[in-house]
Amino acid sequence: MFLPCPVPVWTGIDSRVVRCRETTNMIQVKNLTKRYARTTAVDHISFEIAKGRIVGFLGPNGAGKTTTMRMLTCFLPPSEGTATVAGLDVVEQPLEVKKRIGYLPETPPIYPEMETGEYLNFVGKLKGLAGADLRRRIDYVCDRCAIGDVRNKLLGKLSKGYRQRVGLAQAIIHNPDVLILDEPTAGLDPKQINETRDLIKGLAGDHTIVLSTHILPEVEQTCEQVIIINGGKLVATDSVSNLRTRARGAESVLLEVAGRNGTLEAPIVQHKLEQVPGVSRVLCREQVDSRALFEVESQKGRLVRGDLARAVVECGWDLNELRPAAMSLEEIFLQLTGTEPSTEAESVAAVEAHS
Amino acid sequence: MRNSWIICRKEMGSYFASPVAYLLLTMFALIFGFFFWNALGFFVFEGMEMQMRGQQFPMNLNEQIIRPLLSNVSVVGLFFIPMITMRLFAEEKRTGTIELLATSPVRDLEIILGKWLAAVGLYCCLLLFTALNFAFLFRYGNPDWKPLAAGYLGLLLQAGALLAIGTFISTLTKNQIIAGAATFGVCLLLWVLEWVSAYETTTWSKVLSYMSIITHFESFARGTFDTKDAVFYITVIFLGLFFTARSLESLRWRS
Repeated sequence: MFLPCPVPVWTGIDSRVVRCRETTNMIQVKNLTKRYARTTAVDHISFEIAKGRIVGFLGPNGAGKTTTMRMLTCFLPPSEGTATVAGLDVVEQPLEVKKRIGYLPETPPIYPEMETGEYLNFVGKLKGLAGADLRRRIDYVCDRCAIGDVRNKLLGKLSKGYRQRVGLAQAIIHNPDVLILDEPTAGLDPKQINETRDLIKGLAGDHTIVLSTHILPEVEQTCEQVIIINGGKLVATDSVSNLRTRARGAESVLLEVAGRNGTLEAPIVQHKLEQVPGVSRVLCREQVDSRALFEVESQKGRLVRGDLARAVVECGWDLNELRPAAMSLEEIFLQLTGTEPSTEAESVAAVEAHS
Repeated sequence: MRNSWIICRKEMGSYFASPVAYLLLTMFALIFGFFFWNALGFFVFEGMEMQMRGQQFPMNLNEQIIRPLLSNVSVVGLFFIPMITMRLFAEEKRTGTIELLATSPVRDLEIILGKWLAAVGLYCCLLLFTALNFAFLFRYGNPDWKPLAAGYLGLLLQAGALLAIGTFISTLTKNQIIAGAATFGVCLLLWVLEWVSAYETTTWSKVLSYMSIITHFESFARGTFDTKDAVFYITVIFLGLFFTARSLESLRWRS
């Protein structure tokens, strides 16, 4: 039974680019669904990931991130739909898919009674490496993940940061095409988080990386593309910069205006700004004494910054600040996954989906 | 097969990296040592008594020491087997390492076979201690080695069957204690089923006693190789491993 995706899917501005690179899509997911006895964890998700990309898989806890990743890694079979990795179906050729995937689950899958080197040796063999090749890869991943100094230590005695890095080393030991990382920075301290992110970024050239997280700055810092899911449904998939600029459909600027003689009538300023051609909405964010901060949204495709500045100066006010208001991913995320999603974002998404 | 061997070696490593293997080996060596010392003491005492009475009963090491001792090992094994198998899958499920195995290019059957072989391997290590004791009989007496070999084969088959059952039970839970307790219960039940044959001769009692793991060991303890009993054990091994595979598969559907 085919159900059309009930949530408008937001394909980005560079969908054309993605489309012409379709032949190099590393991961292709179509209507992927996972049902349990009472709940549907993942509900008809479709997306594509091009080769060599870092993709953030974003969603609140319990959104279905882990379940989707488990289906991609052949740990769970999908109830419906298909997923292919490097052109291989996860249900029909699981062994071939597994050879091409490196997977780091939420808790690094380590055996506390093993030493780091011994463990990497075991995993390497399990992934089909042997002999000199295996030794070379072990040296390489130890170097890459900076775990050379704990090679002879028991895994059970390692700190959380080291365990995570051993987990990452385990995932890349067989040089897989695709890396799937489930919350790779969870539970690490800020320094370790930065190190892990840098490590992941460094791996991006050789591998296609999918990492899940519920931490937004992580996606902004690490990923090129975002897939947002909520309640098992796909909410948006686009590049980070596109998401940001398109969340409201138009540019929005922050404007600080000050009165010359120590007083400023905010409503008058607001009225004046609203009259500037191309402006669709003006919000007074805050007012302190004679200064006021406005957020001005312009219609799509109109550049209004010059007109705004002129209008302010012509009325005899000071223009203290004028800057584009980049919407943080956090806001976008809340807009897209919140219980009361902004109607504007929804309508934009709907328009995008049907165009 | 290569993958099974990799997993088997890793499991053996785990047994010997933790105190589990050493504890089991020590306890088993002590218990069996006591049995051996006891049986030998009784044998020597009886021999002296017969000489004093001037009776000429044939004394036989195989019949009077090896056979009862092998039966003892088979029963003591029931108590040790849950401790060998309980961690096999339960621990992997608890720590999440099962995800590593399940997402590696390895078949379920290879994982199961590897783990089961490691369990059998550890049991073989236990048997080595009994061999050490029996070696003294060969040094100071001249027992027949063929019944002993048959006995060992029986022990291995019996243990293989129980270990397969234990492996299956270990896939059912995340909790090692539960896996161990359940395996112990099943082992014990499979042992005592045979008791009904002592007073009942109806068909159902025959079926029950046939299902008993111990019944089928008697022929091996006697030093004979009975195909019927070997087939029974091999069937149980296959069934156990088959159910393990099904259970592992269902984990993925349920999880």
